[in-house]
Amino acid sequence: MRPTRSCRSRQTTALPSSSSISTKGQGAATGLATLVAEELDADWAQIKTEFAPADPVKYKNLAFGVQGVGGSTGLSNSYEQYRLAGATAKAMLVAAAARAWGVPANEITVKAGVVSHSGGKSATFGELAVKAAAESVPEKPTLKDPKDFVFIGKAFPRVDSKIKSTGAAKFTIDHQFDDMLVATIVRAPTFGATVASFDASEAEKIKGVVKVLQVPRGVAVLATNTWAALRGQSALKVTWDDSKAEKRSSDAIVAAYKAKLDTPGLKARQDGDVEAGFKAATKVIETDFEFPYLAHAPMEPMDCVVRYDGKSAEIWAGSQMQTIDHGAACAVLGLKPEAVQLHTVWAGGSFGRRAVGDAHMVREACDIAKAYGKPVPIKVVWSREDDMKGGYYRPIYVHRIKAGLDKDGNIIAWLHRIVGQSIVTGTPFESVMLKDGIDGTSVEGASTLPYAIPNLQVELHSEKVGVPVLWWRSVGATHTAHATEHMIDILAKETGKDPVDFRLGMLKNHPRHAGVLKLAAEKAGWLSGKPADGKMRGVALHESFSSYVANVADVSLNADGSVKVERVICAIDCGVAVNPDVVAAQMEGGLGYGLGAALKGAITMKDGVIEQSNFDGYDVLRMSEMPKVEVYIVASAEAPTGVGEPGTPVVTRRCQRPAEWHGRAHNHSADEQAEVQRPIVTQDAVTADVCLDAASAIDLDGDAGDEAARGVGEKQRGVGNVGRL
Amino acid sequence: MATTFTLNGEKRTVEVDPDTPLLWVLRDELKLTGTKFGCGAALCGACTVHIDGEAVRSCQTQASDVEGRVVTTIEGVTGDVAAAVQAAWIKLDVVQCGYCQSGQVMSAVGLLSQNPKPTDEDIDKAMDGNICRCATYKRIRAAIHEAAKSLPG
Repeated sequence: MRPTRSCRSRQTTALPSSSSISTKGQGAATGLATLVAEELDADWAQIKTEFAPADPVKYKNLAFGVQGVGGSTGLSNSYEQYRLAGATAKAMLVAAAARAWGVPANEITVKAGVVSHSGGKSATFGELAVKAAAESVPEKPTLKDPKDFVFIGKAFPRVDSKIKSTGAAKFTIDHQFDDMLVATIVRAPTFGATVASFDASEAEKIKGVVKVLQVPRGVAVLATNTWAALRGQSALKVTWDDSKAEKRSSDAIVAAYKAKLDTPGLKARQDGDVEAGFKAATKVIETDFEFPYLAHAPMEPMDCVVRYDGKSAEIWAGSQMQTIDHGAACAVLGLKPEAVQLHTVWAGGSFGRRAVGDAHMVREACDIAKAYGKPVPIKVVWSREDDMKGGYYRPIYVHRIKAGLDKDGNIIAWLHRIVGQSIVTGTPFESVMLKDGIDGTSVEGASTLPYAIPNLQVELHSEKVGVPVLWWRSVGATHTAHATEHMIDILAKETGKDPVDFRLGMLKNHPRHAGVLKLAAEKAGWLSGKPADGKMRGVALHESFSSYVANVADVSLNADGSVKVERVICAIDCGVAVNPDVVAAQMEGGLGYGLGAALKGAITMKDGVIEQSNFDGYDVLRMSEMPKVEVYIVASAEAPTGVGEPGTPVVTRRCQRPAEWHGRAHNHSADEQAEVQRPIVTQDAVTADVCLDAASAIDLDGDAGDEAARGVGEKQRGVGNVGRL
Repeated sequence: MATTFTLNGEKRTVEVDPDTPLLWVLRDELKLTGTKFGCGAALCGACTVHIDGEAVRSCQTQASDVEGRVVTTIEGVTGDVAAAVQAAWIKLDVVQCGYCQSGQVMSAVGLLSQNPKPTDEDIDKAMDGNICRCATYKRIRAAIHEAAKSLPG
């Protein structure tokens, strides 16, 4: 990105700042505008933002080499780029003013969008814009000293609050053109099935349906309005060839993965000699964890608008990977890059769902436009059912962690084996993200375990499954954070140590981890005593996307035995908090997103068919389940790191069937071979589905009512991290 | 078939099948896209509008149901309660992706119109049908209390 291109002054006082990345709620537009405004010394009230067009040369994400956002890189990748852009523009405005007024540039000051000279002359950015554009671009504009920041670090209001509170924000689905058709697609009920034949007679009888045609991903219904397109979709009869489809049930996939746990996988990390560590251990504990498929279920179902006239095309989409979406459109339509315009528009949530390596939303819209062959705009709309049954889930994972303790209660050996499906294999990301057969997204959080353990090994089995999978907010940390933090809690309990102290003792070389843990513990009153009667308390800690988050959760049980997360104290270290209120909002929301998965929905498959189709079968967190949240941000001068995802991790649910929420504990000193079944988080009935443990912090030492009646064999402290809820 | 109703203060007549969901009448026929499609099954609340002042899900309301009635959408919601709610939403920076927020605002205005000083329990009850996947619930709750402060009750 050339600095001069990212912000353009117009002959108005308004300052448009082009956002090279999509925004789907994470506050990117606000954050990027803050960076530009800071170095420009702009007037916040005049800041306007707009989305940049698809252009990988100007707007690429330096972390990926393409235009796109993911991995919570929006602000971290942009911190210097956008500040330089602002500083460059300011230098050119000052130079233009100096030339026009015949005064030295160093006598000119800029404040709140006004350029002034001590002699009394002044001008707005808009008045100087044309002249400034003719000035030479400075090689190395000077960036401000952080102590002089006016915007960065302050909670300036979001740029999109008003349009999104009044219904004015325009999402993909809101695009309307006079001659537009709306398309729905009947997609295969099993992944990998193809169209054998179809009968369009009933669909074509529906008023408003204008065309039914086969496309690579199914059969499309084109209609003059959305309701007709949806009715046509229901009326269409398609016969599928499922000879190459994935027809297993999710239970069978889990069982196959579990069998793999007994064999060594590829090594993702190896410190010391883990076998020697186990030999020296006085106690060995082993626990298995299961994690189900999860749907992202953003509020705006998938959609895409395309207008194609045979020679050129325009596309409107809440694109998160512009370079990939743009390239797919060019490939499908057989057009050169300059003939295809991709307009990024507000996205109604993503959580990873709109960052797809196969660009299937754009691709199928272009397939329909090409097959239809008339130059009218076509809006492809997915129903909620299409969205939920359509794949691209957080993959199923199964974990086993075996840990050895010495006589003093130190962890001296740790073997963590993970079985799952690679997200990046077969996508454009494979070449950079798959190393030596290991998909980093499968092991991140496990392979980066910060605790000081002398003998540590992390292994991975990547299995082939015919279900499309995808990153889901916080990616690998959705499962690794839970498994590792849960295991640390089991070991803390085993050694009789306080969960916070136990962790801090292993974090001497990781001050930022320790910092957030101490801050969360302090703010939650961890040291000063137990939570109120009837409540339980737990803690968890995790780093993801280079940000550090610790949570302390207070949890109680509802009358029916289900878990209620009452309060979460969250501490985050994300370097410089460009806008602390946006950081807090991302922690609140990230935590709620993870908690929804921990407490509620899971996607399951029976004979290859997804069993959930809407928010009844796959329920999500609702108002009454949202805990009170307090967010504390560590003051830092480090470069900013991600906040969109790091709030989510530990809370994600680890297993769909409470009855199986047992860990296996193997006391090696007592009996080499005997496996002792032991519930990890007490009896299922109690924390039943939640196991906040995973989710967070359930301290079962608390007085949770009549535990015996619920079948709790022994009191244990289950902890998790709602923190990362 | 013609259906006539009052929409945001104006009389409107549309020619649609009587069983067409109000949601699609508003969005596709009348081009008022502030009301959102989220689930099509009254499970998420994104399509919430007011009919005769009461918050309802437009995806499960047929065109024939609104004949002769008064429909208000996010584009036309006015009055002290709506102004207080939207001001609070902006003041507290409630929104993230924003897709569900039209429905959230309409449900909140519906709640405060009936109950100007709601408790947390009242808010849970009135708002549990409105899903926000960004989980802005904490700020929605705070904004409803904030709006209530400025209303007589």
